[in-house]
Amino acid sequence: MVKGERPEFTAPPDIFYNDTEARKYTTSSRMENIQASLTQRALELLALPDDDQVKLLLDVGCGSGLSGQALTEKGHVWMGFDISAAMLDVALEREAEGDLCLHDIGQGLPLRAGKFDGAISISAIQWLCNADTKAADPRKRMRAFFESLYGCLARGARAVLQFYPQNTEQAHMLTSAAMRAGFSGGLVVDFPHSTRAKKYFLVLMVGSATPLPAAEGMEGQEPADGSQVNIINRKQQKRRKLNHAIVMDSARHPEAKGKGWIFKKKDQMRKKGYTAVPPDTRYTGRKRKSHF
Amino acid sequence: MKLLTHNMLECRIKGIENRYPFVIEASQVDTVEQDFDPDFLRHMYPRLEWPALKAAADSLGVTGLPTSVSEDMLEDEEFLKVFHHALLEVVLIEGFLVCPESGRKFPVSKGIPNLLLNEDEV
Ligand SMILES: C[S@@+](CC[C@H](N)C(=O)[O-])C[C@H]1O[C@@H](n2cnc3c(N)ncnc32)[C@H](O)[C@@H]1O
Repeated sequence: MVKGERPEFTAPPDIFYNDTEARKYTTSSRMENIQASLTQRALELLALPDDDQVKLLLDVGCGSGLSGQALTEKGHVWMGFDISAAMLDVALEREAEGDLCLHDIGQGLPLRAGKFDGAISISAIQWLCNADTKAADPRKRMRAFFESLYGCLARGARAVLQFYPQNTEQAHMLTSAAMRAGFSGGLVVDFPHSTRAKKYFLVLMVGSATPLPAAEGMEGQEPADGSQVNIINRKQQKRRKLNHAIVMDSARHPEAKGKGWIFKKKDQMRKKGYTAVPPDTRYTGRKRKSHF
Repeated sequence: MKLLTHNMLECRIKGIENRYPFVIEASQVDTVEQDFDPDFLRHMYPRLEWPALKAAADSLGVTGLPTSVSEDMLEDEEFLKVFHHALLEVVLIEGFLVCPESGRKFPVSKGIPNLLLNEDEV
């Protein structure tokens, strides 16, 4: 992966997280540190009761077990789901303590109701925003995921999901899908003023709504441990956004810019769950005259 | 895969009614020693389907679990040891989880069940 390029743009997760990519999760100590510190923060936000009771937790998109390792270190029993067999193989190699399961969370978690004391997810759920196949409808997949997550948690339990939204629309889409499934809570954004350290945590609660925990770094400071996670710089982000959103790569579409093409693209955007796509009208794609 | 996990999993194939529990077809079973933690067992007990645990243990050849349990047994060390072993130490390595209604077989390999659904099952 080119530094700073978003993996969600390159291939579906089960293809992207192949053997080579999965290998990085064993060999890169930088990666290990980042995932560990994100998990520490997620655990803090999870606010498990401060008793000595070992808890049963869920790790959504557990990958090679880096996030799970932090759960094990706290003494908890966990179960992890991931769509990439290569990542799970690495988890086996690393002797992850949690039970692993190969599954696509967009199909809904295959779990019984009310079983888990909490759930975390580290750097995974932004993948739900993708439409990797024609049949995939991100809104349906988000619904299946959040409803099943809500279902499998015990009353009073929380889920803390750290993710990398491509833009604010995606953050909003995931948050509102969670609320529709019955959760209360919302987004906690740590270091909101720092492009590099900014981190998104969706903090979800089952049952009684308690106030959202405070974000870190609200005063514009950088994290003390120097873990700078969000590596996309603004310029690149802008360029990728342009390429991938509405303008789409016109080199690959020589017939581009026709009305039909615009309708098709707008439809694709809607399917991806974007809500701000203008309606199709007879004015769509017309040259606007300049008036003086 | 531990039997704790088996107890929590259900089949997500659309349009079926009877999704639980998965029937286990085992071809390789192993035992992995775990710390004995009676508090965790007592914490888990109310969330478990006992008959499903019992049936799963039977299908893996694990003996000693009673057919039914009462609350007061959760103080009995001897029972807790058997419970602990069945719930956390016995693991399914190779085999299948079989949907109780459709008969669809989900392979378990290297201890990891593959519960991915085909497009027409979602
Ligand atoms: C950046 S990795 C993080 C892995 C792990 N949580 C960690 O902290 O090391 C993201 C993981 O999400 C998984 N993932 C992406 N989409 C998924 C889906 N639809 N269902 C299950 N897992 C998914 C990927 O396979 C990958 O292992």
